[in-house]
Amino acid sequence: MAATDVDVFSNEGKRNLSLGGHVGFDSLPDQLVSKSVTQGFCFNILCVGETGIGKSTLMNTLFNTMFENEEASHYQNGVYLRPRTYDLVESNVQLKLTIVDTVGFGDQINKEDSYKPIVDYIDTQFENYLQEELKIKRSLFNYHDTRIHICLYFIAPTGHSLKSLDLVTMKKLDSKVNIIPIIAKADTISKSELHKFKIKIMSELVSNGVQIYQFPTDDETVSEINASMNAHLPFAVVGSVEEVKVGNKTVRARQYPWGVVQVENESHCDFVKLREMLIRVNMEDLREQTHARHYELYRRCKLEEMGFKDTDPDSQPFSLQETYEAKRKEFLGDLQRKEEEMRQMFVNKVKETEAELKEKERELHDKFEQLKRMHQEEKRKVEEKRRDLEEEMNAFNRKKVAAETLSLSQPLKKDKDKKN
Amino acid sequence: MSDNILFQLQSHGKGQQKNLEGYVGFASLPNQVYRKSVKRGFEFTLMVVGESGLGKSTLINSLFLTDLYSAEYPGPSHRIKKTVQVEQSKVLIKEGGVQLLLTIVDTPGFGDAVDNSNCWQPIIDHIDSKFEDYLNSESRVNRRQMPDSRIHCCLYFIAPSGHGLKPLDIEFMKRLHEKVNVIPLIAKADTLTPEECQQFKKQIMREIQEHKIKIYEFPETDDEEENRLVKKIKDKLPLAVVGSNTITEANGKRVRGRQYPWGVAEVENSDHCDFTILRDMLIRTHMQDLKDVTNNVHYENYRSRKLAAVTYNGVDNNRAKGQLSTKSPLAQMEEERREHVSKMKKMEMEMEQVFEMKVKEKVQKLKDSEAELQRRHEQMKKNLEAQHRELEEKRRVFEDERANWEAMQRQEQQKMEASRTLEKNKKKGKIF
Repeated sequence: MAATDVDVFSNEGKRNLSLGGHVGFDSLPDQLVSKSVTQGFCFNILCVGETGIGKSTLMNTLFNTMFENEEASHYQNGVYLRPRTYDLVESNVQLKLTIVDTVGFGDQINKEDSYKPIVDYIDTQFENYLQEELKIKRSLFNYHDTRIHICLYFIAPTGHSLKSLDLVTMKKLDSKVNIIPIIAKADTISKSELHKFKIKIMSELVSNGVQIYQFPTDDETVSEINASMNAHLPFAVVGSVEEVKVGNKTVRARQYPWGVVQVENESHCDFVKLREMLIRVNMEDLREQTHARHYELYRRCKLEEMGFKDTDPDSQPFSLQETYEAKRKEFLGDLQRKEEEMRQMFVNKVKETEAELKEKERELHDKFEQLKRMHQEEKRKVEEKRRDLEEEMNAFNRKKVAAETLSLSQPLKKDKDKKN
Repeated sequence: MSDNILFQLQSHGKGQQKNLEGYVGFASLPNQVYRKSVKRGFEFTLMVVGESGLGKSTLINSLFLTDLYSAEYPGPSHRIKKTVQVEQSKVLIKEGGVQLLLTIVDTPGFGDAVDNSNCWQPIIDHIDSKFEDYLNSESRVNRRQMPDSRIHCCLYFIAPSGHGLKPLDIEFMKRLHEKVNVIPLIAKADTLTPEECQQFKKQIMREIQEHKIKIYEFPETDDEEENRLVKKIKDKLPLAVVGSNTITEANGKRVRGRQYPWGVAEVENSDHCDFTILRDMLIRTHMQDLKDVTNNVHYENYRSRKLAAVTYNGVDNNRAKGQLSTKSPLAQMEEERREHVSKMKKMEMEMEQVFEMKVKEKVQKLKDSEAELQRRHEQMKKNLEAQHRELEEKRRVFEDERANWEAMQRQEQQKMEASRTLEKNKKKGKIF
């Protein structure tokens, strides 16, 4: 379906024709409406605010129902998001309402990361929708849309200014969801203080660049009321499910010793304004803005992150097929490269180890060569000694033989001498 | 995703029924939708197909009570074409505050040639190209304008032969019934008597069922009343229509009709033809449904076929068919990536194993050769030591021998010296 309400009727080569009678296509809006009624509507509200600030009570008051809610403790060690879905029916209009509560918001000592679970939840719903939209076989027309259509940000009624947690959180959320800031428990602020408080809050939001939801003024039927409501932001609300008798009527109110704060009395608080704007006039616009603006932004960022582009380097628009094929080629190339890298790493490892082992081998060889040489040396010495010995022995033998020969001839001489 | 998120998943989807204790106001949602839709305006694209001269232009003019086709903008039949063309006319019409951008797609030349094989191809191509355009603009990263020029309905004109469908009719409808909402019409129904018309209709519906052609079906509703009306319409299918560009007098009233010598065939008289049924159905009650079916069924079919081709391009076909898929191409790539990662892990493990084994082998070999060399070295050392000892022994023996002998020699020498001295002394006169 069309992502944006584009003016189809602007630059078309078309003719304006007048009709010669009642054709009947003025029933088209009715056909559309009856289809939507049959399908049922879906609306998702996110309530962000400190524990005990009155989120659950306000929801009960807005929808005239007791939604189950255990009171949360102040000792959560983080921020938890608790979504609950309800099926409501009013004059045969079916509404699937999901209320998401932020449990533990503002309770921790270190609140730096408090906004993260909220942003993650919103992104997850966008992601789920995107995934469904990208599926090959998809069924968008009966998809249960869980994207947050409105974030009601509850401001504590200090009367002074916004807390820094409020500014930080709203800044993180303003590009992801429609934000309507409301002043909770407004029955603790006097009228004059309230006026100053509202001005302070709005100027702080503006100076910090926080984009809150503006009620649309482009449709003449509602532009007037929307414009006037825009001036009353943030709405100062009081919630109550208890009924008190005032005059001859029973109204929802809070009973104090000094008086009764009536929820639906416009001079007591802005509850009626909130209900009017949120539910009776702009619910459909909130859904549209979520889909056409916030979701599209998320989708665009996500796709760009994944490397999708609308035009190729020559600024020619890609067709879907080309885009996917290009992506796929890149992807396969990537896988190939990883494989190559791993193989290469192994080749290198093997080379290294081989070199190491060769080195060891060589060392071993060297060692043994050295030993061998020493051994040769020793052997030579032994040989030398042996030769020496042999020589000595030979010399000795010769001496011995000579002496013996001599002694053999000597006795003759002796005898000769004796005879003389 | 932060691990601080606690989802009670069972609360998504099935909601708890809650009763309201007072008026909340979301019953105005339909009004909000109404308001926005009027502001946005509507679009509708209607295609008319049929041989020349079946009264297509006239019917369009009658349906929309306007001169879409006039002397300046002649209808398709007035233009002689050699091949089948596909032409668009866009008109903007307003009624009761509602703007409708109506696009009429003509197919002049259809069925007019002698050889009409494949005369449906340009039409199929046109429908597909519109789907392609929509798919591309839906898939862009920056989606700004998404004008919907997809064909929402195709009126197929059947010549009033009275006998049955022609082969071309069957062929055309078979090829297009899964791409577009096909509504077959009997054209120039004023050439058939009511009985002939009945017969003709029965015959046509029989043939349609026989060939398993899926013409546009009216949706069932929860409303009893509506269902009865729908049933009545279904019994009259295919609708037999008459169109007229002229307004004449009949029974004192000014009516749109065809003047014959024997009377006036009134376009808007339900006894004369089914024109009003067609108009009411097409424009007043089911226009939105035609758009929805085009978007939710025909377009989705086109898209899933297209994306499956893109996704599984290159992936093993058997695997692809087995799990034809609710995945997106990106999810498919993601899965392939995961498979690849595990494949790589396995490969890495195998390579590691092989590597370790080889290293062990080599190290072992090295150890062995070191041991061998060591052993040899020991051996040689032992030998050498043995030789050494042997030599020492020999030397010792020899030295002993020599020492002995030398000692003996010295003794002998001494003896000789002693005897010689005695001799000498004797000689010298020491002998008395």
